[in-house]
Amino acid sequence: MEFSQNRSYSTRLAVIGSGLAGFSASIFALDRGIIPYQIGNTGPLAYTTGYFDLLGYLDGAALADPWAGIARLRAEAPEHPLARIADTAIRAAFSRFCGAVTEMGLSYTVSGGKNLNALLPAGLSKPTLSVPATMISGVEALAAREPALIVDFLGLPGFSAREFAANFKAMWPTLKFARLGFPEMETGAEVYPEVMARALEVPAHREALAERIRGAVREAGEVAFVGLPAILGVHAPDRVHKDMERLVSLPIFEIPTMPPAVPGLRLRELFEQALPERGLVLAPHRKVERLELRGDSAILHFTDNFGEVTVKAEAVILATGRFLSGGLAAERDGIRETLLDLPVEQPETRADWYREDYFDPRGHAINRAGLLVDDAFRVLGRDGRPVSPRLFAAGAVLARQDWVRQRCGAGIALATAFRAVEEAAALLQERVG
Amino acid sequence: MPPSDPHSAISRPPRRTRTLETEVLVIGGGVTGTGIMRDLALRGISSILVDKRDLNAGASGGNHGLLHSGGRYAANDTETARECMAEGDILKRIAPECIDACGGLFVAVEGDDPEFAERFAGYCSAAGIPSETLTPAEARELEPALSEKIFAAYTVPDATIDPFRITLEQVNQARDAAGSRFLPHSEVIGFALRDGTILGASCRDNRTGEMFVIRARQYVNAAGAWAMEIARLAGCDSVRLLYAKGTLVISNSRMAKRVINRLRLPGDGDILVPGGTVSMLGTTSDKVTELENLRPTVDEVDRNLAEGIAMVPALASARFIRAFSGVRPLLMAADSGIDGRKASRGFALFDHKDEGLSNFATVTGGKLTTFRLMAEKTSDLVASRLGNTAPCRTAEERLPIGDALRWTTPGFAARYWFSRKDPADAILCECEMVPRSAVDSIVAEAPGAEDEMTLRAIAVRSRVGKGSCQGSFCGIRVSSYLYDRGIYTSPAGLGHMRDFFAERYKGILPVLWGKELPQAELAETLHCGLMGLDVAVPAAAADSETGDETDSETGDGAGQ
Repeated sequence: MEFSQNRSYSTRLAVIGSGLAGFSASIFALDRGIIPYQIGNTGPLAYTTGYFDLLGYLDGAALADPWAGIARLRAEAPEHPLARIADTAIRAAFSRFCGAVTEMGLSYTVSGGKNLNALLPAGLSKPTLSVPATMISGVEALAAREPALIVDFLGLPGFSAREFAANFKAMWPTLKFARLGFPEMETGAEVYPEVMARALEVPAHREALAERIRGAVREAGEVAFVGLPAILGVHAPDRVHKDMERLVSLPIFEIPTMPPAVPGLRLRELFEQALPERGLVLAPHRKVERLELRGDSAILHFTDNFGEVTVKAEAVILATGRFLSGGLAAERDGIRETLLDLPVEQPETRADWYREDYFDPRGHAINRAGLLVDDAFRVLGRDGRPVSPRLFAAGAVLARQDWVRQRCGAGIALATAFRAVEEAAALLQERVG
Repeated sequence: MPPSDPHSAISRPPRRTRTLETEVLVIGGGVTGTGIMRDLALRGISSILVDKRDLNAGASGGNHGLLHSGGRYAANDTETARECMAEGDILKRIAPECIDACGGLFVAVEGDDPEFAERFAGYCSAAGIPSETLTPAEARELEPALSEKIFAAYTVPDATIDPFRITLEQVNQARDAAGSRFLPHSEVIGFALRDGTILGASCRDNRTGEMFVIRARQYVNAAGAWAMEIARLAGCDSVRLLYAKGTLVISNSRMAKRVINRLRLPGDGDILVPGGTVSMLGTTSDKVTELENLRPTVDEVDRNLAEGIAMVPALASARFIRAFSGVRPLLMAADSGIDGRKASRGFALFDHKDEGLSNFATVTGGKLTTFRLMAEKTSDLVASRLGNTAPCRTAEERLPIGDALRWTTPGFAARYWFSRKDPADAILCECEMVPRSAVDSIVAEAPGAEDEMTLRAIAVRSRVGKGSCQGSFCGIRVSSYLYDRGIYTSPAGLGHMRDFFAERYKGILPVLWGKELPQAELAETLHCGLMGLDVAVPAAAADSETGDETDSETGDGAGQ
């Protein structure tokens, strides 16, 4: 990396995107001794539940064993990105990523052979592969139908402990619910999970809240667990969580909430803080405006507070996401890829994008639109051949998957980033050699 | 794993058939049916109003919300034009809170017939419509969004109306004046007839499947596009309708202060009507044979835009939040009724005397602007049959402004919230600034609140779900609040939430492109990934939305 007056940088690997695919690509690259340059806008991490799904549903049916699901994909939908990656690589991607996040200070459970059944805020659950340590007790409490007290907060809309208990009642009748005022935020005015989470990083606030929770537990009678919306700290949730458990003298679990939600915020702030410490060159909250492919390199253009910046890269991983993140754009006459106008596999006309029924279990055609790649995750051009040996794609921008309906967002992000980095590393190796 | 059928909790065991008694049964909860309910109540006549869905679920909710000055009819139907003027004046007096007297323009665009444009001023003056001729430059000064290619422009006194609010007010006034009642989700499925008299109407509560009977002295069919079906249930074939489906599209911002009409014979996308903070462009007109399962299509949206862009070029790059459809009932022939001129008036009142019935009347056709007059003529007939000689008072009597009736008006909730300065009254719908207290007052006392109030029912009675997020966030927040209030107590609430999103989606789908599409993508992530509504909650069946009902829920059109 060198600094020059016209603010041009060069890097071996540029990663464009700041979701799970982008950040995991950077982690995998750092593991291989490659120092990437990562640029991405604010990113969609604030929208995640915090759960890392590998594959939760196929054809509307929940999967207890995601690996069996992937085997089915290989037979029935071999073009699905997950079907194109060996189990060993997927396992390595998950365990390496969850391990790295845990090492950086945000503990996740070790991803195993089976899906966990994790809690959702409306009193439902979903299959997922790895959950934050602050949420794992919820999986256990649900599995054993343990008596649990769910707490919500005055002024926090969209999360109702009473709703959670009412919808779980049939299968989990021992649930109880209580509403508390959050210390010093109890006028009834709207309170925000992020603000509560940051407040709980201060010990005095934890003590005040714990005292109220203890009171509610006493009133609730027999209670073995306490469930809270996800508010247990942003920077040190494991510590806040442990301390709250100590103060309340019961195991505590968090439940994901509506965005902008704390679990995603934790990931974003963690990545933005910890990865640069490990060498990543990160231009966060920036959008790459232009990407040029040249014979021996790719040039990225973006603007920061000080003006224009160009980055010359030997390899590029596009982890630009779909419509929400700006990797794809939908015009009245078709879908296009926003940086290079790469060919997008898509339905023939706009009338074919969506099904009539919003919740049709088959999902909408537009959600399977995206970039096509070869087995090395190089982006394919209109002629069906790689656009460039140095242009890779990973994550949700890829075609032929429906990560929302199949609950495979993290799976696709991590596994495809892992493969793209592997192939990019091989390319860079060749060049060195 | 996820709980089982969330609707199981709301199916109730069958009971003995209930019978309700009233003086008049009015069928159809649109502007006309509620207008009749009000008119009768002001004459001291109590009624029960039923709708198989909810208020304004048909054309009354699926229109521009335009109070025509009459300019549109001036060229070929002077009488209708005059009627529009007169009725518009009355409505502005009795319900000013429902009306935005924004004014309107008629503009001709390059390619339109210059001779027709030339004659417009003459038509208006013949119909008594005050109109001024503007130069294109003057018109563009008034409305900068107008195309540079306009060559003729006239002002007219067009206005807009919030049809949801006026419907709620009418029901409320009828309740207060005569104890009249509104029963939502109550469908008439048959009549018991003897010797030329209807003895009773068999009804079904579409939420529970419960059957019940309503006995009345007089029966009024104000079912709009469904009037032919209702008349046939009473054995009457004289009501013959054609159905014209019209689709409109709503922009995210208000494109013009005034109503903009294309100065030519009616066609697709030729009226742009403001509605608070948004504008509505429409309509298409397509003959249909089916009334149910109508939904706006991509093609209809594109047709509206293709024409609308000629008047207002900025529509080409505007963001649209929703499309919606309504069905206009068109009268096939005017060969029955008490008023020989009804064909020209666009509505028809059938007394069904020729068909041997003495206590049944049907009113259909017509237009939003003249609904009060339709209600008056119908109520005159019903009152005289009941021997009631009280005069109609609907043209003079002011409509009430109730606490629970104000929430459909664009911008009201925000003004209310800021003026109250009560931070504890948390906002549930952020786009439209609908606070908790609004939901409280609707649940407590809005028409229909006697029964169970659902997310969709609240949305019909407020701006919930009508802002730029189209309910994808506030639907979750309002549902949670309904659980908190103990109104939802089981997974049935999730079923209602799912129905609400599925219904909003029908209107969103055809406008998904550009900046709207990422929002839809986020919404789907929320509704499926976070809420689990796609897999955990079976499609609604047991509650109100039975098969025949998954319609065009236009129910928010003009209120936008």
